[in-house]
Amino acid sequence: MQVLYGRHHVRVFRFGVRLVRDEQIAEDLISEVFLDVWRQAGKFEGRSAVSTWLLAITRFKALSALRRRKDVELDDEAANAIEDGSDDPEVAAQKKDTSQALRKCLTVLSPEHREIVDLVYYHEKSVEEVAEIVGIPENTVKTRLFYARKKLAELLKAAGIERGWP
Amino acid sequence: MMATSKKMLEQEPSEMEMLLPWHAAGTLNSRDARRVDEALARDPELARQYAAIREEYAETIDLNESLGAPSARAMQKLFAAIDAEPASKPSLSRSISTRIAGFFASLSPRTLAWSSSLGVLALVLQAGVIGTLVTNQPTSFHTASLSVDEPLTRSLGVEPPPRALVRFAPDARVADITAFLDRYQAAIIDTRGGMFSLQFGNKAMAKDQIAGLMSKLQSEKMISFAVAIP
Repeated sequence: MQVLYGRHHVRVFRFGVRLVRDEQIAEDLISEVFLDVWRQAGKFEGRSAVSTWLLAITRFKALSALRRRKDVELDDEAANAIEDGSDDPEVAAQKKDTSQALRKCLTVLSPEHREIVDLVYYHEKSVEEVAEIVGIPENTVKTRLFYARKKLAELLKAAGIERGWP
Repeated sequence: MMATSKKMLEQEPSEMEMLLPWHAAGTLNSRDARRVDEALARDPELARQYAAIREEYAETIDLNESLGAPSARAMQKLFAAIDAEPASKPSLSRSISTRIAGFFASLSPRTLAWSSSLGVLALVLQAGVIGTLVTNQPTSFHTASLSVDEPLTRSLGVEPPPRALVRFAPDARVADITAFLDRYQAAIIDTRGGMFSLQFGNKAMAKDQIAGLMSKLQSEKMISFAVAIP
């Protein structure tokens, strides 16, 4: 268990933080995730990578935690939060930095979009693996990421960043 | 077959457009990767979109990496909970190790390429913390030397052997990567968005030796990118 924990806890934690946006809750999550693994090791059928299984458990627990908190941020509110800063010269200058603006926009995507972006880009999950973790068909995985990216582009545009796409 | 991305956006995205993020992450199979490469070569709009995706990809990795790691509290909580598990399952502890071993046997080929080396190093680095948990009595849990404020990973405090950031060619096979690691006495110590941090041997090298090593790496067919980590 120590080896398993040592190998995967950081990524599980980061996935959790991105979903619940709270480090304390994410820390509680990883304890719960690995405890579940300890209890249910026999149910692991070996058809997928361990990390895929762990991320699927983490996602389930994160969504449960979010439901308990009942304060999931709304996508549009997040977008407005970006636009609100446009009058501030300092913020406006900052927005010219595509990199910073992109990072900011990545944090305000909806949970549904955040998770798919993270799973593909950061956790390096294939279409099939994302489908398994999120529990949706593979074609939906592809289109959901496409629309997550489109939303990202809209947020960037609202922040004054044009990238030539879409 | 020009993708004419803007037109597609008004309708539905093309298959190639939808595969671009996985291409950027290096997680497409070789057939799809080749198809996307060919489409990128003949469609400037698709290539422009791919450039935007590369930015998103890099920023997503940076953003996630900036999130840090959990404190030791999480690990303490976990192992305390495991200790508190009912003792009425004497066979569980024994069977768990078998099951966990089964986990590693099931790792994906891509993960297998680096995980064994990473696991060994992770074990060494985290020995200071994890070692406190490994006792002869599986039901006891000692934290006397564990500070909750300390990060889980500790420096070994010695001059490190040379390290490089490497990207393997998309068609590199697990067997090739394993042979490569053996050949260079290299261990994969971290991975970040398709890039691998490799450590070579156990001893520090002079600058010219490192430069020689880098040029040798860059000449490897299965390496698409290699740069020394200062």
